[in-house]
Amino acid sequence: MKERAIGVTVNGRRYERTVEVRKTLADFLRDDLELTGTHLGCEHGVCGACTIVLDGAAVRSCLLFAAQVNGRDVRTVEGLAEGEALNPLQEAFREHHGLQCGFCTPGFLMTLTCFLAECPDPSEAQVREAISGNLCRCTGYKNIVAAALAAAAARKGS
Amino acid sequence: MKPPRFDYLAPVSLDEALALLGRHGEEAKVLAGGQSLVPLLNFRLARPAYLIDLNEVPGLDGIRIEDGRIAIGAMTRQRAVETSALVRERCPLLAEAMPQIGHVQIRNRGTIGGSLAHADPAAELPAVMAALGGELVVRSVGGQRVVGAEQFFVRYLTTAIAPGELLVEVRLPAVPPRSGSAFLEVSRRHGDFALVGVAATLVLDAAGVCAASAVALTGVGPTPVVAREAAAVLVGARPGEAAFEEAGRRAAAAVRPESDLHASAEYRQHLAAVLTRRALARAAARAAGSPGNGASPS
Repeated sequence: MKERAIGVTVNGRRYERTVEVRKTLADFLRDDLELTGTHLGCEHGVCGACTIVLDGAAVRSCLLFAAQVNGRDVRTVEGLAEGEALNPLQEAFREHHGLQCGFCTPGFLMTLTCFLAECPDPSEAQVREAISGNLCRCTGYKNIVAAALAAAAARKGS
Repeated sequence: MKPPRFDYLAPVSLDEALALLGRHGEEAKVLAGGQSLVPLLNFRLARPAYLIDLNEVPGLDGIRIEDGRIAIGAMTRQRAVETSALVRERCPLLAEAMPQIGHVQIRNRGTIGGSLAHADPAAELPAVMAALGGELVVRSVGGQRVVGAEQFFVRYLTTAIAPGELLVEVRLPAVPPRSGSAFLEVSRRHGDFALVGVAATLVLDAAGVCAASAVALTGVGPTPVVAREAAAVLVGARPGEAAFEEAGRRAAAAVRPESDLHASAEYRQHLAAVLTRRALARAAARAAGSPGNGASPS
């Protein structure tokens, strides 16, 4: 087949679309669903900017085809905030200047969302390993690590 | 950086997948986790007419014990192997190598079979398979055959899988009592392919004398290198620093690495010696502390 009809849930909302089979999930999210929060850096699985959550696991959306997510559950950075209110991880990024230029931020947020769910009380070393698959070319990892640790601490305290 | 046009086939049974592979043979690529294939498509280094996606085929994933061996379905995600208690208990060498493959986002999607079939010369899993003497189960419409790890890796990015065949399962032998293993690698950054990686195993007899050992290296040639002459140094004596050192020298002598952007051939040879020595020392310490030896594992 050259095209496939898919039904996929993205951030809790169901979408039915017909996609060209070579279209990546990242392009589908950005172009077809106009969810441009998912960013594309390298388009070959190295930079991590396009990380999304597929059925609860962080994956590269540039290495998946939209045709493969029929019946699956996708979460993107647009699904994190409650309306206008940032979620605690996003708030910690803002507080600790973890964004800098902001390009890599969606990928970091989705990676850390999964990581903190699995490892709610991480050490700094664990956070650094968890984000090793996400590149920040502002080289601002220090603030990103601080934000992740602060988000974990805030959750523990609440 | 968009993939070229292809015809997408999504079989829903193994028989259907094998029939499609039989029909399209050379023109088709099998899509498992896609963590190596999709970059190749995006770079247009691969231009298959057909993509046969295995992700909707049931029964190709899972980890189980069969006749004392561990059998892992080819479509088992690397992250599932990494977090498997069964793998940690029955095949600690594999468990130790898993977190060194790519990053968690890659392992969440990447499969054990996909990595082995891709056969990158710097990948971790081929060396693990070679050190353990694992077997790869390959199936086609015509039947099934079992290929030993050393026969499986033919040359750079090339395996013994013929057109029309599919890797369906990986089998690893049971680990004997009083044995230890270690996987060590040096890479430029965490998650990168190894500059050099070493998988080592070592078995002690009841008197603490080394009864068997194996060393396999990755990143030092087109396929994993099994350094028999290195492992042979250990066998028949109590493991010790001088033997580890000599094994390292022999491992370095057994490999002919090439220079590239990341490391010179000379540096890779140096790493082969150092990592072999360290991996064997660690394997020996673990064997000495293993449950079969009356002490707790390290």
